[in-house]
Amino acid sequence: MTTHTQAPALPGHGQGQSQQLRTRMRPGRWARELGWRHVVGVLAVAFAVFPLVYVLSASLSPTGTLTGSNELFAEVSGTNYAALGDTRFWTWMGNTLVIGVATSVGTVLMGAAAAYAFSRFRFTGRRLGLTSLLIIQMFPQMLAFVAIFLLLISLGQVVPALGLNSRLALICVYLGGALGVNTFLMYGFFNTIPRELDEAAKIDGASHAQVYWTIILRLVTPILAVVALLSFISTFGEFIIARVVLQSESNWTLAVGLYGWVSSLLEANWGLFAAGAVLSALPVLALFLFLQRYIVGGLTAGSVKG
Amino acid sequence: MSRPRYRGAEAGSGSFSGAGFAVKLVLIALVDALGVFGVLAAWKAGSWGILAAMVALLVAANWVYFTKRALPLKYILPGLAFLLVYQVYVIGYTGYVAFTNYGDGHNSTKEQAIEALLVQNERRVEGSPSAPLTVVASDGGDLGFAVTDEAGEAEVGTADEPLAEAPDATVSDGVVTALPGWTVLDRQQVLERQDEVTALRVPVSDDPADGSVRTQDARTGYVFQSVLEYDAGADTMTDTSTGVVYTPNDDGQFEAADGTTLPVGWRVTVGFENFATAFGDPRYAEPFVKILAWTFVFAALSVATTFALGMFLAMVFNDPRLRGRKIYRTLTILPYAMPGFLAALLWAGMLNESFGVVNQVLLGGVSIPWLTDPWLAKVSVLLVNLWLGFPYMFLICTGALQSLPGDVYEAAKIDGAGRWRTWRSLTMPLLLVATAPLLISSFAFNFNNFTLIKMLTGGGPRFEDASVPLGHTDILISMVYNVSGLDGSAPRDYGLASALSIVIFVVVGAISAIAFRQTRKLEELS
Repeated sequence: MTTHTQAPALPGHGQGQSQQLRTRMRPGRWARELGWRHVVGVLAVAFAVFPLVYVLSASLSPTGTLTGSNELFAEVSGTNYAALGDTRFWTWMGNTLVIGVATSVGTVLMGAAAAYAFSRFRFTGRRLGLTSLLIIQMFPQMLAFVAIFLLLISLGQVVPALGLNSRLALICVYLGGALGVNTFLMYGFFNTIPRELDEAAKIDGASHAQVYWTIILRLVTPILAVVALLSFISTFGEFIIARVVLQSESNWTLAVGLYGWVSSLLEANWGLFAAGAVLSALPVLALFLFLQRYIVGGLTAGSVKG
Repeated sequence: MSRPRYRGAEAGSGSFSGAGFAVKLVLIALVDALGVFGVLAAWKAGSWGILAAMVALLVAANWVYFTKRALPLKYILPGLAFLLVYQVYVIGYTGYVAFTNYGDGHNSTKEQAIEALLVQNERRVEGSPSAPLTVVASDGGDLGFAVTDEAGEAEVGTADEPLAEAPDATVSDGVVTALPGWTVLDRQQVLERQDEVTALRVPVSDDPADGSVRTQDARTGYVFQSVLEYDAGADTMTDTSTGVVYTPNDDGQFEAADGTTLPVGWRVTVGFENFATAFGDPRYAEPFVKILAWTFVFAALSVATTFALGMFLAMVFNDPRLRGRKIYRTLTILPYAMPGFLAALLWAGMLNESFGVVNQVLLGGVSIPWLTDPWLAKVSVLLVNLWLGFPYMFLICTGALQSLPGDVYEAAKIDGAGRWRTWRSLTMPLLLVATAPLLISSFAFNFNNFTLIKMLTGGGPRFEDASVPLGHTDILISMVYNVSGLDGSAPRDYGLASALSIVIFVVVGAISAIAFRQTRKLEELS
């Protein structure tokens, strides 16, 4: 920890002040000004981390039951992880990743294109379009899950791949929410890219497609990363539409599948669930920690106006 | 340096747009091929609405990408198409369904309901013709019947294909013994699929009134005819066995003079009846009011608690002299990276009354009904949501705190303001201004936090006195889910479910409108 604070500050972290002269203070003052902060910090960390430690321990417990998981790290074995191989867990994991990646790629492509149009072109209906998007995004798609279900019944009678119980259909439904949620986040960011750049390129003979693909998209990569990540994470955890659309077990996503395990036999399936939870949380956790700085920026970029 | 930066691009621009045009052509060709396939399929299935929508989308796509006059649309159309179909249309459709009685017993159109009624009420008519019958299977494995009529001519059909003449069948002793394109099932195979065989119903013709061929023994087929008879001219259904005449009523059912109705109905618009049920019918109104209140309380308290804890921690960790604050920060935001459904399921196990770690270990073996007592369940839901939500608030408060102007604090210090006074009059208002839009969207999110409720308590504990499966921690969206009957726990009632969705739309819309005015986003659209 000490080496951490005394090392040259990482740029952009705004913590350079911490290396200013560190004068010794008396214990009483220390406790009043900093000590209690450590107490609060430790308590907060305990609250935040305990469930995570617990689930890790439960996933390693060989008994695989809820009762057997209560002693943290009493025994450590990979039984639960091995047992996942006999279930459909990996199928669900595959489905979730395919659906999540397809949705986030589609969301980024369509959202960025729309944001480019709104940010760079002036056309009749632009203001109307932006306002309608703003209004539409107020109504979360999930509220209409009954209508989505009924729509997919009708579509399925025509093209089964777009009907119920199809992963492609679920991706299409998720993509339907792409424009509403993300265009504004991107639109704001696109507006910060100086217009002189595209004008210069246009004078040099670049077409609108060239400006878009070779100039703008390069410059807005951070917001693309944020939108892709947020869209992936929200797809990863989406339950209600996935539950309504995907009916056969081999098509389920992790959210639907793990819910099925725990809702039917909580006590007996606990070890399996814990192992599955650790494995499914890991990719998200890793992505999150890796891209933490972008996410925080992205969260605030959209709406916080100081 | 005087060389134009884009000389290379200029020289290559011809080849770029050439390649770009080729890519565009291939993509459009692909879309057209899929679109035409969809149009043909819709034509075949007779779905005129889908057909029209597909043709419209196809024409729009081709026009937009080949005209020079629709530049912005080239970029907007792909997203717009999905938006129109899967968001705008479904929201509109929700509005329509809310005014119908769509649901169990009223699932389809009137024609389909009549057909279903005729089929369901088929009986073997006394003295009806019987025919020697052979069970056959198509290449796809579908079962069918091959029968011979009085003249000894063979006919074959399946559940979906009415009987049709099969001139190339081999008939011996009046029984079909071989049929090209079909496999004749032997005794053993018939026994294996006995249930399917006795349930199979092969229509005599396209007209359901002609009845169908069925069999009990796989050797003789009998013609079954419906005891109901539909008179298209008078629009009445007559039960030929009793002579009772049923006429269509306003609820989309055939009703006899004495008030009895036939079981299969069709969907009709019922006006505000669903809304009247939600607010007026005691079976729904009582739970609905409780659930509506709890939804507001839950969403408001969720925002309040997470914001309070997040802000507190942000301020605690905002002292640059605090050693290891980076580690504190990283560890405290970990719950944010945990997918919500996993967290809720995990806590459901941890809070289990008899085996969970909270009761057994942390509290030393007590038996607190965290999830099964009406009040404690509400506390638990808020507690778990606090765990899930405070890191987000912590993050945005940290961000906002670091952007607060330092000179204001200097001024406050000079003016002699104490810590508490500074917080109350400076930090808190500035933080609220900076985070208000996020707080409102957090409220809207929690208002519809279906995953948490469903995974943690499942809405339970159930209301003791309610006939519908609703409970003390159900929020509006989970009530919609239960009422819709999509998980099979209740009869399906899409109409009522959609009406409740509309109520949520109104609430969420109102909240967003407030947020809208707050952030004055509209003014920024230049």
